[in-house]
Order: sequence, then C-alpha cells, then structure tokens
Amino acid sequence: MYTQILIAGFGGQGVLFAGKVLAYKGLTEEKQISWLPSYGPEMRGGTANCSVIVSDTPVGSPIVHDPDILVVMNLPSFDKYENAVVPGGYAFVDSTLIDRKSERSDISAFYIPATKMARGLGIPTLANMIMIGKVIRETGVISMDGLRDALAKTVSAKHQDLIDANLKAIEAGYSFEG
Amino acid sequence: MAKVLMKGNEAIAESAIRSGCRHYFGYPITPQTEVAAYMAKRMPKIGGTFLQAESEISAINMVYGVSSAGKRVMTSSSSPGVSLKQEGISYLAGSDLPALIVNVQRGGPGLGGIQPSQSDYFQATKGGGHGDYRLIVLAPASVQEMADLTSKAFDLADKYRMPAMLLADGTIGQMMEPVELPEEKTDGFVEKPWAVTGTGGKREHNIINSLYLVPEELEKKNLERYERYKLVEQNEVMVEEYLTDDADICVVAFGIAARVSKNAINAARAKGIKAGLIRPITLWPFPKDAIKKAAEKVKGFISVELSMGQMIEDIRLAEECRKPVVLCNRVGGMIPSPDEVLSAIEKAEGGEF
Repeated sequence: MYTQILIAGFGGQGVLFAGKVLAYKGLTEEKQISWLPSYGPEMRGGTANCSVIVSDTPVGSPIVHDPDILVVMNLPSFDKYENAVVPGGYAFVDSTLIDRKSERSDISAFYIPATKMARGLGIPTLANMIMIGKVIRETGVISMDGLRDALAKTVSAKHQDLIDANLKAIEAGYSFEG
Repeated sequence: MAKVLMKGNEAIAESAIRSGCRHYFGYPITPQTEVAAYMAKRMPKIGGTFLQAESEISAINMVYGVSSAGKRVMTSSSSPGVSLKQEGISYLAGSDLPALIVNVQRGGPGLGGIQPSQSDYFQATKGGGHGDYRLIVLAPASVQEMADLTSKAFDLADKYRMPAMLLADGTIGQMMEPVELPEEKTDGFVEKPWAVTGTGGKREHNIINSLYLVPEELEKKNLERYERYKLVEQNEVMVEEYLTDDADICVVAFGIAARVSKNAINAARAKGIKAGLIRPITLWPFPKDAIKKAAEKVKGFISVELSMGQMIEDIRLAEECRKPVVLCNRVGGMIPSPDEVLSAIEKAEGGEF
C-alpha cells in the first residue's frame, strides 16, 4: 500500500495535529511515513494543510498532489482539492462547516458534522479527531488497536491529560454512521 | 535503536549534540528556526552553550571563536541569513577552522520568500565569500540524512580542517519522517594540536589567523589548502545512483528535487521508459565520475532543480558536453510536481532536448 493523505482546513482546527496522529500510529505499525506541513504565513488565520504518506515501501516525494484520502474542514480547501482526489479515492467533509456535497461520482465522499458533534460532546476543539475516527473506519489506513500509545507520543508532555478526550473524539467519529 | 518521528530541523540539532557539538550560535529565521529552538531547550541541560546572537554576523564569528579553541561548533540559518555569514565563513576557511554551517534554503534573491528553494547552490559550492576556498557541501534528501550528514559533516570538517555546510531546504527541514539517530559519539575525535587552548607554559603558542601580508606566505597557505581539497575530492564524494544501470535518460537532482524525481522515474519506468537518477549527496566535491560514466551510455541528462539552473553547470562540466543536458525547474518557493518531471523525461525520450 502507498496511501497519500491530504488534510486541510483553517489554521487552529488542528489539521497538522490530525496528520501527526496518523503518522505516529503508522510508525508504530512499522509503516514508512512522511508528514509535511504547510508552513507559510497562511497558517495565521488562513488555510493550513498537511501531507501525510503511509506506505509499505519507501516514501518518494513527501508532497501530496493527488490524495487517496482528502480530509477537509473548510470550504476553500474543499473547493481547492476536491478535483485532485484520485478516482476511487475518499473525501471526508466536515459538514458543519461545508454545506455542499461533492460533485465527483468516482470517489467515496463522507459527510461528518464533526464541529457540531465535538461541541455536543463537550470537546469543541477536537473536531479534527472526529474526522480521523471516520477516516480510520472507512479506509483502514491505520488500525484502532494501540491508538492510545500513539496518542501519548503525539500529544505533548504537558497535555497528556487530553489523551482521553482525543480517544473519545476518535471513537465518536469511528462510530458515526453516515 | 528504535526509530522516532522528528522534523528534519530537529534531527539536525539532536544529531549535532550526539556528535559532540556543545556550542550553538544562531539567529532565528524561517524555515530553520526549529534547529535553534531545539538547541535552546537541550543545550542548557547538558552543559552546552545556546546563544541567540544579535545578528547572523555575530553568530558566525562566535563560531570562529569556539572552533579556534578546538571544540565542535555550529550555526544554522536560512538563505538571507547565510548571505550575512559569508564574511565569517571566508575567515573560517582562511584560518583552516572546522565548523558546521546549516542552510535550510528558502526562495531568493533578497529577502525572497519562506518556501523551499535550492537557489543557494552557487553560493554554497562556488565560495560565497571572498578568496580561494572550498566548503564541503552535503545535501540531505530525507530526515534520516539530516541526522546522518550532520554527524558526517562534523567528522569531515575536523579531518580536513575546513568548514562544512549542510545544504538543506524548507521541505526537508519542516517534514517529519522516522529517523534512527546516531549513537552518542564518545571517541574517535580528531586531535587538534593547533587549537588555542592555553600553552600551560609547556609549548609554543598557537596562532589562528587568516592575515598573511607577505604574498609568498599567503600563496603557500593557499596551495597547501588546495592540496587538502584535492584529498577531499579523491576520498569523500558521496552519490546515490537509482536505476542507472540500463538508463537512457539520466535525471540528476539532489535534496527534495531528488525525492520528486524518484516518483517521476518510477512512473516513467511503468511506461517502459528507461530513466534513472544520479543524486549527488556531496555537492562539493561534486560526483563528476558518476556523471562522466553515465554520459557514455545515456541519451541525455535532465537537471531537476529548485533554481534557475545552477547545478546544471557542474553537470555539463562533468560530462564534458558530450550529451545534451536540459533543465526542469521551479523557483521562488515552488516545487516541480512528479508529473512535470515525468513530462521532461518523456520529451527527452522523444529526443527533445
């Protein structure tokens, strides 16, 4: 497998962190990994994105142009990247923030009201992890087993108390039907 | 040792510490700031020095001081900051001092942008400062190589008494990949009897200097230095060859451009085009022999660069203009896509040079 993932949204939604969770978990599964953030001035208030590649073979270019999996958390990102998804690929859309459907008939699109769900669960900053839960469920790019250990590595030392909240969000996304 | 996920910039810093570097001087600039941030966190805990200087010029001269005392020392910056350091780099070279200078390149010229670039190739490989001198220039293409080549750079700099540069770019600096860090270096350090460490009244004092007003003496210094450079050229070339055995089209690329090129070469191979890659790991010394050898059998070369075509000159010199060499490039912080490189390969296959 050679899975190219692009996660995009506004700065502050945790798109870089969401990518890190996939990367750390992939590493514990002994996959080849790359994680590349956008680091431009656009991160301050504008769009942010990160490229993640999870693979059984060495990773070539770390820049994802044509994702197998697209995760979008704002409309500008959906508009920008929808057509880049490879045929047969996946799009995961935060439907609280994006009120249109995909125009593609050759990809599998999932609409998750992640921002609303996160608010409802009392973890309003973790819509990103709800999206990741759904990605895991539908694509199997990483496994749910041992997720806690991977989160412990991703979350900084001073925020280890947030691991449970992150797991709760991932599980909510994983169980979301739709 | 288990692999860890790290940013390229962090891998440089941790590898430098494990290579025995206890002195870091720098000034923040995107996209290399993580090197300084990591050093700021770690150095005080291990009895080392982290110092944010008042300018890049100040930082490189602090490097000169520590190196004179025989200690492993480094500075890091990105393109505009490395331009500021050039005077100090020339003085290091002129005083035969080892040091590591890291350049995580961004777009230029001038203040340029903050996105990745390779347009400091000339500056790094042709002598960015004044006078006859060379730097050992290493070009990492992965986070693993950020770690490995940092450690290698310290060893080579000490061995040949000259500054070494790690020439990376914003992508390799910012990306995370699994990396196996080198073991802590505890022995095998080169003796430095020339260092100014205090005579203890037991020996003649050492002098670290680049000023030689008698031209005969200065000429002799230059000639001696170039004898050493000859040894570096003979012994220290590093290059990766990928699918070059039967290649008709030879891509030459380093750093992030080589990563993109590999994707394109795999795609070309899937279409039945025999493409291969020569990836210089040392930009100086440049892998002339690998290029020259390839020139005997390939139809032509494609230089893939994040510059207006700087390395392409070294390719032409190495292959002695026997085969056509074309440029496939993006600049200003843009990176060519694998499709753009593939299309250059397809054109070349069709004889379009």
